[in-house]
Amino acid sequence: MGVSVEHYFVLSAILFVIGAYGVIARKNLLIVLMSLELMLNAANLAFVAFSRALNDMTGQVFMIMSITVAAAEVAVGLALVVAVYAHRESLDIDLLKMLKG
Amino acid sequence: MIVWIILVPLIGALINGLVFATGFYKKVLGGDEHTEKSIVNIVGCGVVLISALISTYLFVHLLSLEPENRQMIQMLFEWIPSGEFTVSFELLFDTLSCVMALIVTWIGFFIHVYSIGYMHHDESYAKYFTYLNIFIFFMLILVLGDSFPLMFVGWEGVGLASYLLIGFWYGDPEKAYAGRKAFIVNRIGDFGFILGIFLIFFVFGSVNYQDVFGKALDPAFMSAVPAAVMTAIALLLFVGAVGKSAQIPLYVWLPDAMAGPTPVSALIHAATMVTAGVYMIARCNAIYSQSHTAQVIIVTIAALTAFFAASIALTQNDIKKVLAYSTISQLGYMFMGIGIGAYTAGLFHLVTHAFFKALLFLGSGSVIHALSGEQDIRNMGGLRRLIPVTAITFLVGTLAISGVPFLSGFFSKDNILGAVYEGGYTIQWLIGLITAVLTALYMGRLYLLTFEGKSSVSASVKDQIHESPYTMTIPLIILAVLSIFGGYMGVPEFMGELVGIHGTNLFDQFVSSSILLEPVETVVHHLLHLSHVTLILFSIAAAVIGIAIAFYLYYMRPLLPGKIAEGKNIEPVYKGSLNKWYVDELYDYIIVQPFTYLSNLASYFDLKYIDGSVNGVAGVVKEMALTLRAAQTGVLRGYATLMALGAIAILVFLIVWQSF
Repeated sequence: MGVSVEHYFVLSAILFVIGAYGVIARKNLLIVLMSLELMLNAANLAFVAFSRALNDMTGQVFMIMSITVAAAEVAVGLALVVAVYAHRESLDIDLLKMLKG
Repeated sequence: MIVWIILVPLIGALINGLVFATGFYKKVLGGDEHTEKSIVNIVGCGVVLISALISTYLFVHLLSLEPENRQMIQMLFEWIPSGEFTVSFELLFDTLSCVMALIVTWIGFFIHVYSIGYMHHDESYAKYFTYLNIFIFFMLILVLGDSFPLMFVGWEGVGLASYLLIGFWYGDPEKAYAGRKAFIVNRIGDFGFILGIFLIFFVFGSVNYQDVFGKALDPAFMSAVPAAVMTAIALLLFVGAVGKSAQIPLYVWLPDAMAGPTPVSALIHAATMVTAGVYMIARCNAIYSQSHTAQVIIVTIAALTAFFAASIALTQNDIKKVLAYSTISQLGYMFMGIGIGAYTAGLFHLVTHAFFKALLFLGSGSVIHALSGEQDIRNMGGLRRLIPVTAITFLVGTLAISGVPFLSGFFSKDNILGAVYEGGYTIQWLIGLITAVLTALYMGRLYLLTFEGKSSVSASVKDQIHESPYTMTIPLIILAVLSIFGGYMGVPEFMGELVGIHGTNLFDQFVSSSILLEPVETVVHHLLHLSHVTLILFSIAAAVIGIAIAFYLYYMRPLLPGKIAEGKNIEPVYKGSLNKWYVDELYDYIIVQPFTYLSNLASYFDLKYIDGSVNGVAGVVKEMALTLRAAQTGVLRGYATLMALGAIAILVFLIVWQSF
């Protein structure tokens, strides 16, 4: 049995849910950021898989675009993590509640 | 050269205002009080003296020119260049503005000097002189400007100076109110004046005197202009004059303006500013001479004002109020002369009135100064022996204004009454004659109650009475001399001819070169046929009768006036006159109160409905925000959970949607 597009799709969904769980359940800001990255890459995987199955290059273009943006986002995100740590000496996101209304 | 006449007082005002009135000299430069007062005196009076000397120099220069060339123009800069409408800042020094400039600067100078003594004890000494210099500056712009907008600048400027000086002691709410009243009543007149300027521009296409009057004298141009338009221009400008020169119905501000320092009353509210309307009409003679309707209206209003104000002056007890109503009455005379087209006669009365009314006001100031602020003539009497210089000069002023023969008021008033009679305004002439009797009566009363008879001064004040310092008495003496001899500049021709001298009316000969157009002579049918000599005898009789009544009532039988006032038929009339015929109350009832009611109504509507709706919208938004605020917990994981749940909800919805 060969690997069909459905396999990729299921893998992508599993990765996405794991990432979503990480964002919701973990308290460490660094882990949250990594989980976000996981969700993003789940979407990238789906893009590539469908691009191949439908024989349409648009999906791959989107994926490259998405990786580029994600790289920039990680750079900013990690800088923020460093800054937060420098201020609070902790990365517990439950302590970051200054924007409470 | 001309520009320096107006610039020098402005420089004086700037120096006194910026260096001394602000306290810069005392606080920053560390100067002492005494030096400050000396410098303020020298600057304040000096600049006006310089202006006066320049005006005199230019006056002598004018005299050296041929009568038809007696006019100098100095163009300074383009003030409003705007397409068709251009106004340049241009000064005109012809015989008319020359007379006005001489009066303003010289009388102004004497009053500045007088103020040194009068205001000596005041804290805001430098501020006072700043305001006075500002007034002189604007008044000179008014009389020297060469276009209507420039005249309007001066017109508004003197109104500002008048407001500032009436409310000079603004700590007293009543005085601050008097200042506001003067400003607002004048605003009504100014509205008419500015409409008149608009109409002039609309008809003549220019606002420059030369252009406007040149076209007004051109028969070809005037044939296209309806007579009603000329009447409208004349009357709109006259509305401005009614406000500024205190004629019926806008005279009510002038008596209240006496709240200011007495030298201010002398300078602004007697000698110069209030005569601006007379000057304006004389300046626009080319327009007024072409509208008979306007002339009749002006003469009638003027005659009524003269009589009405004199009837109030008869019973007033405040020394300055009597003089204020007397000023309104005398302005009425000026407008009678100006109104019938006897421009030089009206202007001549302006000049002599400036002499004797400034004298009377300064005299009253000297009395008030001597009595430490007392203004009620019922608390005076017998002051002649205590302050002789003031008393004698005041007597001179009284006789001059009453029209006693061979003093200045006699010639000028006779000039006007003669012209009014010959113009065919017999009724107005009769009113003027009766007013002359009243004038002599109320002035006689004022003099006798103040300086003669038994003293009613309270004992505590009596020991303090002293003759005023030289800075005050010398201006009085100079003005008294002018009040006696000033009339000989303009002896009416027919009087000169009686003693065989021709060309006696020097004033008329000088000023008439600025009068471009006299009204067309009409054939007059007199009700009475009176010769010149009879007219003079009538005038003399009026003065003598008035003074005789005053002498009898207030000197020989001092108890009689009180009894007359309580007489059965007289009492309502007396009360009416004493209460100024209730005009202030009437205005309050028909104008001020409805306006206040309307304002309150508008204010209520604004607060309740306009503000209410705006506040209502804001209130709803605020309530919503307060409710939704609970969702903003600040917990990051909460937000993430909600987002995930939301995404799932949308997904479920889409799937369910698809399956149907």
